[in-house]
Amino acid sequence: MSVRVLAVLLALAVPGAASAARAQQGLALYGRYCVSCHGPGGEGLPSVPAPSLRGVGALAADFYLRTGYMPLPRAGLQPRRSRLLLGPRAIDALVAYVASLGGGPPVPAPHPERGSLSAGQQLFTEKCSGCHQIVGAGGYVTGAVPPNLDEATPVQIAEAVRIGPYVMPTFTRKAITDSQLDSIIRYVEFAKHPDNRGGWSLGDVGPVPEGLVTWFLGASVLVGVCLVIGRRLRG
Amino acid sequence: MAKTRDWLLAGIVLLLGRTRSQPGDRERRLVPERPPNPRAELAVLALLGLSSSAAIAFVVVYALSAQTQLLGLAIGLALVFLAAALVVAGKELMPEEELTDEYPADERPPAQETVAQLVDDGVGSITRRRLLKLGLLGAGGTLGLAAIAPAVSFGPLFRVRELFATPWRKGRRLVDESGRPWRASDIEESDFYTAFPEGANKEEIGSPIVLVRLPPDRLALPRELTGYDASGIVAYSKICTHAGCAIAMYRAPLFQPGEPRPALVCPCHYSTFDPARGGEVLFGPAGRPLPMLPLEIDAHGYLRARGNFDGPVGPSWWGVRNRKPSSQ
Repeated sequence: MSVRVLAVLLALAVPGAASAARAQQGLALYGRYCVSCHGPGGEGLPSVPAPSLRGVGALAADFYLRTGYMPLPRAGLQPRRSRLLLGPRAIDALVAYVASLGGGPPVPAPHPERGSLSAGQQLFTEKCSGCHQIVGAGGYVTGAVPPNLDEATPVQIAEAVRIGPYVMPTFTRKAITDSQLDSIIRYVEFAKHPDNRGGWSLGDVGPVPEGLVTWFLGASVLVGVCLVIGRRLRG
Repeated sequence: MAKTRDWLLAGIVLLLGRTRSQPGDRERRLVPERPPNPRAELAVLALLGLSSSAAIAFVVVYALSAQTQLLGLAIGLALVFLAAALVVAGKELMPEEELTDEYPADERPPAQETVAQLVDDGVGSITRRRLLKLGLLGAGGTLGLAAIAPAVSFGPLFRVRELFATPWRKGRRLVDESGRPWRASDIEESDFYTAFPEGANKEEIGSPIVLVRLPPDRLALPRELTGYDASGIVAYSKICTHAGCAIAMYRAPLFQPGEPRPALVCPCHYSTFDPARGGEVLFGPAGRPLPMLPLEIDAHGYLRARGNFDGPVGPSWWGVRNRKPSSQ
């Protein structure tokens, strides 16, 4: 009886102790990489244009650290996908620390396999393709660069939709439900390697390169026609 | 009256007689007389005729359905037949002579005469010359007609009233694409929504609007647009005032101090509009602000229009500033 109680207590305490230790390691990392902009305890600093981290939760920390968006070289820049500064365990620790700063959503667990590809394409067209283009190849808006989605993992897509990093709109569960999100992710995964049945896809980048290739082919045909109807001068 | 008739007759006689001077009375031929080639002439005429019919088909298709594939096929065939006619004429009917001597053109006028005679003699064997000319003229004329027919699409020349009509009027509810009415509580900050007038044709240029919610203290509407928002929700025409594309991008900064301000952006040429300042142009080729629709929230929480847009909807043209939009 007492052994069983002990075992239960131990089982409850060990993960708690482990996560506390992780948060401790996270605090150390936070002091090294983050505090100069986000301030002590994630409260932000009045002198630096960086947001407070209270209440952003594990979701935002996981997204910004695993995409290499953070740390930024300089406050005020658009975060971009870059080389990861920290290993996965260190990121785990930092995410745990930021989550411990106060509430916020956990890291999402999307299920793209439950989504519908066609519904996903429709939703992506409606909500995302204005900036990211229908093939998810990224593009431009004035003052910012919507990224290419070819390296985005399903979890990162789910996170970005809920956060709205930089100037991207933020989509709540009311705007895009979790099951709609599954469909969108399924479509983005599909758009990375679409199955082409139309022959020459030319990188799926749209009508401009296809038109260029057509021009080149057409020009060669025209040269051929000129050779047929013309006659070479002798000598 | 009689005088006019005489002038007309004289003109026709002149026109017909102009080409009658034949170079038949020259003493010596340079090009051996060729037998006429009626089959080639017929072929050229047939090809020119086919070209004409294809060009006319273009105009007909344009007027009836304007199916782009058919239009392309028609104009393509017209050009191909014209080219084929010219190739056949060049190969079979025109004289081919090569002069290899080199000499300055103006030093030996007799040589020029020789060339002129060469051409005349060579062409002399064509029997249906005028018919061929007529065929060529017909093909050229119909192609020209096909080229200018699409100008009809530039729009009505004088009836511009319908360009200013929109389906919006006071009290009309805002619905989403599937016809469900939008509630004010559906509209969240940092996201953007498309809405249409309830019960109206969504395809009309004046129908679609884009909805965003801004913090009321961030709104800085110009004086004539004060009160157009409904507790921070603002509505603008979704059609860009530059070239008429749909405003498909919303720049929604997550953290305002370090990031660009909220903006509605058109993906075609990056015209950028400020939703907080009555759709003012921040960047890009658009020459006038996005038309703003006044909103109100009814007793049940639904969004309704409180009138029509403050300016004309759609791409800009020379008379666009002359009128205010009207309700259909």
